[in-house]
Amino acid sequence: MNGWKRSGRGAKARLVASLEAQEAAVLRGLVGEVRQILAGRADDNPADELAILTGMRTGPSTRPTDRVLARLLPDFTTEDTDLAAGLRSLHEPELIEAKDSNAAVVLETLPESGGRVELTPDQADAWLASLNDVRLALGTALDVSEDMPEQLPSDDPRATHMGVYHWLTFVQDALVQTRMQIR
Amino acid sequence: MLPCTFWTRGVTMDVMAAPLPAPTRQVDPELAEDSVVDTPWQAIVWNDPVNLMSYVTYVLQKLFGYPEPKATALMLDVHHKGKAAVSAGDKDKIEADVAKLHAAGLWATMQRA
Repeated sequence: MNGWKRSGRGAKARLVASLEAQEAAVLRGLVGEVRQILAGRADDNPADELAILTGMRTGPSTRPTDRVLARLLPDFTTEDTDLAAGLRSLHEPELIEAKDSNAAVVLETLPESGGRVELTPDQADAWLASLNDVRLALGTALDVSEDMPEQLPSDDPRATHMGVYHWLTFVQDALVQTRMQIR
Repeated sequence: MLPCTFWTRGVTMDVMAAPLPAPTRQVDPELAEDSVVDTPWQAIVWNDPVNLMSYVTYVLQKLFGYPEPKATALMLDVHHKGKAAVSAGDKDKIEADVAKLHAAGLWATMQRA
């Protein structure tokens, strides 16, 4: 993966990259994992019959105890716990659905064995959000912080995963730079 | 493991060690011109160590239609001051704005202005 290039103009504008087989496998794996974590949260709170009949779904009102899930599904407000609970219940199902459909776009457009990826601007936006979710999940799990050194000491158990995190950062940053050239 | 030959570190919201000018202005002077007089709620975006400066700027442009200089100024407020009010309006509008910011992966909350 050498970054993203723009091809075509107007309605034919595309964002193009080429991924190695190994890169595709890593990215597909991580996107799939985040999708699983979110699906697990949704499965814990299945829609009841009334919700299915009325189409008025509600999610859980409590914040996830898992740190990664809590970062992917933040509270709406810190000032009023009742309001935060109500808004979570109202919005969480659609938030999980939005993240799931972004992940699905990545899995549909990224060949399992790697190779050429060609995205419409809308698909690029789904990729950006999904890459961001994966970086949030990995960054939270690895305790990424502002005062973290560029490279961790080799005996730090996180050193290997940080390489993947930095690569994802490159893929996302390069994609957003290219996407910003297309109106 | 991935071959890491190609990665170049992007600049994250927290990692870039730009020197800070002393903050002299209020969080959202630009908002007043866009919003009605009665704006009891604000959407706040908080600094976090993962979200990229480029991505935050792009999301603010895309979700709110802000011109690039305004989106960049708000992003820099988030980066330097720890947070910025990115939109203001009635409760329903701000609730919808925060939902969109969450879908994009930004750390956002709503509060009374």
